[in-house]
Amino acid sequence: MPGRSLSARALTYVVLALGVLVVAFPVWVTFVASTKTLDEVQSVPMSLLPGTQFLKNYAEVLASGAGNTTAPVARMMGNSLVMALAIAIGKIAISLLSAFALIYFRFPLRRTAFWLIFVTLMLPVEVRIMPTYQVMADLHLIDTYAGLTLPLIASATATFLFRQFFMTVPDELAEAAKIDGAGPMRFFWHVLLPLSRTSIAALFVIQFIYGWNQYLWPLLVTTQESMYPVVIGIKRMIAGGDAATEWQLVMATAMLAMLPPVIVVVAMQKWFVKGLVESDK
Amino acid sequence: MLFGAAGWLPAALLAPQLAIVLVFFYWPALQALFQSVFIQDAFGGSLQFVGLENFQYLFSDELYLYSFQVTAVFSIAVTAIGLTLSLALAYFADRAIRGAYVFRTLLIVPYAVAPAIAGVLWIFLFNPTLGIVSHWLRGVGVDWNHVLNGGQAMILIVVAAVWKQISYNFIFFLAGLQSIPKSLLEAAAIDGAGAWRTFRSVIFPLLSPTTFFLLVVNVVYAFFDTFAIVDAATGGGPAKATEILVYKVFNDGFKALDIGGSAAQSVILMIIVLALTVIQFRYVERRVRY
Repeated sequence: MPGRSLSARALTYVVLALGVLVVAFPVWVTFVASTKTLDEVQSVPMSLLPGTQFLKNYAEVLASGAGNTTAPVARMMGNSLVMALAIAIGKIAISLLSAFALIYFRFPLRRTAFWLIFVTLMLPVEVRIMPTYQVMADLHLIDTYAGLTLPLIASATATFLFRQFFMTVPDELAEAAKIDGAGPMRFFWHVLLPLSRTSIAALFVIQFIYGWNQYLWPLLVTTQESMYPVVIGIKRMIAGGDAATEWQLVMATAMLAMLPPVIVVVAMQKWFVKGLVESDK
Repeated sequence: MLFGAAGWLPAALLAPQLAIVLVFFYWPALQALFQSVFIQDAFGGSLQFVGLENFQYLFSDELYLYSFQVTAVFSIAVTAIGLTLSLALAYFADRAIRGAYVFRTLLIVPYAVAPAIAGVLWIFLFNPTLGIVSHWLRGVGVDWNHVLNGGQAMILIVVAAVWKQISYNFIFFLAGLQSIPKSLLEAAAIDGAGAWRTFRSVIFPLLSPTTFFLLVVNVVYAFFDTFAIVDAATGGGPAKATEILVYKVFNDGFKALDIGGSAAQSVILMIIVLALTVIQFRYVERRVRY
């Protein structure tokens, strides 16, 4: 706005700078600690300038883990990546198909199917911990990638997002496809899917982060360290008591665990913000 | 526009989604309902029908009521502090002439950080012996030890949870602010309203749909999505001072192996989510009307 005073503008930037400083501070301290020796980290107060052990610490955790966990962090990052990709892609795929069925077809029990999916919004993993674990054990899915990902793939939110979007696609497109002799699946592949690109990109970012950051679920269904996602592994590195914790290695692991989701969010910021604000309305 | 006479096709399209939903959502939810009215010994042996006794027991159990209280304090603090801070940041980011994009990018980062990692970052900063923040606090005469002090442990998880949620709130507030017509703000300026007056009488009321939406989202977040923060930062301690309801379900079910009690707690949580979802949808309906 024109005519705003200099002091008002100064206040704006001071508040923003303070905000960014506070938000970024923990990440900076983590990075600094991950580049030091254990002695340097344990000297109080730790200096806030990076140390010299960057390569050594990261190479050590990637290859052989730290503390009580013997599984290498590289392996845990691999598990996290499998989880994040399987959940993001799986969710998008099954939600696209079910939204397509709900919008473009009339069939018996359509409303029932809709409600069956819809009600799951009210059943997050957190409220059905014990029984879901028992189901997983009965199906022999403990310590498997299927067990880590399958139950998290069903999502009412993604189905809704696509349903909302399909309702805005003009009827004329489907009509034209029909006149040209295209069946429903051809229409889906060649018309609907290309039109949904933006929604798919936005959903991918949100679901990739959701999958990468899962904690409670993998805590329940993994018992072997080689199946831990990195988010679980890092907790085990600290659990061994305060004095024994090798903080510089824990912090290097924390940096590694943050890197992929942060890259995805920052690189795909435009779609992510759009998708978040629109899908949650 | 519909594709008629497709026969089995719609069923096939819906099958993967419905299969997962039935196996991993409905089956366990029904089991939770079923188990909540039984007592089972820890070794999976005898099963005894007890009706609503598990629930009666819960509501007479001081530890459970205490956990409710802890959850209430935690979620009110997280929601109030988180919304206030992110509204302030969004307000100033919206006013910034230059650099708004850079601020947004930096403020978005915590959204990508896993709650468990957020917990780890903050316990390092607040570590009683080597944490840099606890060192500063000692400098101003505060003896920080969240491992022993329940109040401080609560502050720690609130700080970590707020930090993690600031991005989300910020994105929505910023989008809300940017959709306010500039002509209204100019009209207020012409009428001689100062910045605070404009905020209070024009901006804040216009933001109320966003604020209400975020209120519900933040309560749900504090109730359910903060499990990892609590587990990584305090483990519910000291002396259950940070044992929120979700954490108690996990603790009682997996550590204490009290299956009936844990299932009854799950059912209560389901009712809470149900209530919150209904509130949210009522609001969405109202919003669609205008």
